[in-house]
Amino acid sequence: MLLLPTTLWFLLLLVMPLVVIAVYSLGERAPAGGYQPALTLAQYANLLARLKAFTNTLTLAPLGTVICIVIAYPFAYYLAVKAGRGAKPFLLTLVIIPFWTSFLIRTYAWIYILGGQGIPRLLEMIGIEDYRLIYTPTAVLIGIVYGYLPLMVLPIYVSLEKLDKSLLEVSSDLGANPVRTFFQVTLPLSAPGLVTGSLLVFILLMGEYLIPALLGGGKVYFVGNALVDLFLQSRNWPFGSAVAITLVGIMLAAITLYLTLVGRDRGRQDVSVL
Amino acid sequence: MVEMINGAVDVEFQGVTKRFGDIRAVDNIDLEVSSGAFVSLLGPSGCGKTTSLRLIAGFEQPSAGDVRIGGASVVGVPPYKRPINMVFQNYSLFPHFTVADNIGFGLRQLKPRLSKSEITARVGEMLELVRLQGFEERRTWELSGGQQQRVALARALINRPTVLLLDEPLAALDRKLRQDMQIELQTLQRDVGITFVLVTHDQEEALSMSDTIYLMNEGRIIQMGGARDLYDEPINRYVADFVGKTNFFDGEVAEIKPNGAAIRLANGRVLYGRNPRGGVPLNRNAGGAIAVRPELIHIVKANGSACLTTDVQTTARVKNRIFLGEQTEYLVMAEGFGDILVLASKHAETVSGGFSPGDVVSIGWEDSSALALENTSKGDHSTAVPVPK
Ligand SMILES: Nc1ncnc2c1ncn2[C@@H]1O[C@H](COP(=O)(O)OP(=O)(O)OP(=O)(O)O)[C@@H](O)[C@H]1O
Ligand SMILES: [Mg+2]
Repeated sequence: MLLLPTTLWFLLLLVMPLVVIAVYSLGERAPAGGYQPALTLAQYANLLARLKAFTNTLTLAPLGTVICIVIAYPFAYYLAVKAGRGAKPFLLTLVIIPFWTSFLIRTYAWIYILGGQGIPRLLEMIGIEDYRLIYTPTAVLIGIVYGYLPLMVLPIYVSLEKLDKSLLEVSSDLGANPVRTFFQVTLPLSAPGLVTGSLLVFILLMGEYLIPALLGGGKVYFVGNALVDLFLQSRNWPFGSAVAITLVGIMLAAITLYLTLVGRDRGRQDVSVL
Repeated sequence: MVEMINGAVDVEFQGVTKRFGDIRAVDNIDLEVSSGAFVSLLGPSGCGKTTSLRLIAGFEQPSAGDVRIGGASVVGVPPYKRPINMVFQNYSLFPHFTVADNIGFGLRQLKPRLSKSEITARVGEMLELVRLQGFEERRTWELSGGQQQRVALARALINRPTVLLLDEPLAALDRKLRQDMQIELQTLQRDVGITFVLVTHDQEEALSMSDTIYLMNEGRIIQMGGARDLYDEPINRYVADFVGKTNFFDGEVAEIKPNGAAIRLANGRVLYGRNPRGGVPLNRNAGGAIAVRPELIHIVKANGSACLTTDVQTTARVKNRIFLGEQTEYLVMAEGFGDILVLASKHAETVSGGFSPGDVVSIGWEDSSALALENTSKGDHSTAVPVPK
């Protein structure tokens, strides 16, 4: 019985909008902008026109996710395993503090930091001239890592915190050196947090709009920016829909591939997503 | 199978101290575990048993003193380089491995690497040893407490350590299973010939399983010896109190005899007790206690046909009776002595017909059954000497 309302919500909230977009993507642009019914794949044939948005998204989103993992894991490990009773609450607060102000404002702050008056100015002082940072892929990457790091740290931290520390001692007792202990015990047992964090960050990054808009300055744009442009500026709804459907398709493929790889790696153990 | 070398020492502590801040968890301990022995560390909660084991395993480093394994100092050597394995208090099985993968973990760390088939074969041997054949592919959380315990045991034994450490391995099991596992552990130890160091706060467990017991208190070793030594020759009041049940009669030392002492109780009565072997003779004019085990006290009906001929005799009133099956325990109140615990054997019960609360009885014991003990309730380090054989 309980399943019925859940199913209804699911249909209404998730499937319906997708269906609408899918139908739009097969239509044509009305002369005054918007949508006019048709049944054509013309929009999809035109996708290459937005290739740059796709390549940007598909390089920077995975790269950003990987960098987040590389920075977040050691930090979460320190927090959960090594930090003393005093340092732990302090460090956890540091992770959470950024959420207290709007993401928009924090990203604006980065415009200043990465802009002419910020880091390049400091570099000038030590003799590195003309180093441009703002409106480059690097700037976007920095913004991405900064914005999404906490979302990666927290799930990993939780899974490491739950890890029974005596298992690490057992491993050492049975002859595994610290590196082997990490790969045989710590990493597999914190994998659920790692998978959750990666999916969370990756999915959100694939749809990211704000960071490239502000730190990419129209030069480094994501699929999200292209969509805004297509729907709001040029009012080409069918083409925008085709771009959106393609993005969803790529995302599904990527996540499926990832989960299959992770699942096979972890053998018979269930992979728990989220 | 590890060869048993007679007289060889596997683990040795030389004046080992371990401090945590201000706490001395282990306080200047000397210890010697000979090869192939089954040794117990016994003592109340917080006396430093786990810390001692962790010092042997290498999870802790001594603040002072030397830890030696097989004759060589291992201070600074990490756990994964020590020929020692441990069964943890809560088993700590790897949740992401099957039973077989848990047991084979130690083998998979070896260099040069063993072949898959060799690992499978040796895991199979271990499963047979702990009687868990057919459980290879089970997940650890699908096992009962006793089965988990055996997996932990097999996992710790598979690398054939010189010494196996066991931290209260049976504490989580119910009484019946615990007794079964005690016998199993003893048999296993004899079969594999590996030195066992067992930590327990259960004196019965220590007495029934081990060759040598180290009785600890507050980070120190109070007495070391076999089960009989600790039970029959406790060197002071603390040991007598911790190991088995005992009646104590406290007073002043009235007279020092060649092999014992006489102690004057508060009611003026003088009781005699012999010195325990290895104990320190009492000082005149100091406090002392006479200790008598409940099973060494005779109990008969007062003014009945049977009459006592023991050195010490008194009348008493039965306060309580507990039927223990093979024995009956009486709590009696004797004027001038206080409450006294008496254990009557099944045989004695049949002869006397038993007693009920309120009955007046005669109780008594031989002077040779009584010990004159130092009144230290704590262990004094100066008395921590092994009992001469
Ligand atoms: N890592 C630690 N940090 C601080 N104090 C500790 C630490 N480990 C043990 N202690 C202290 O050292 C003392 C001995 O502890 P230990 O765990 O060796 O006792 P135990 O004999 O095993 O007790 P139990 O029977 O309760 O397990 C205790 O007072 C304990 O609080
Ligand atoms: Mg303990």
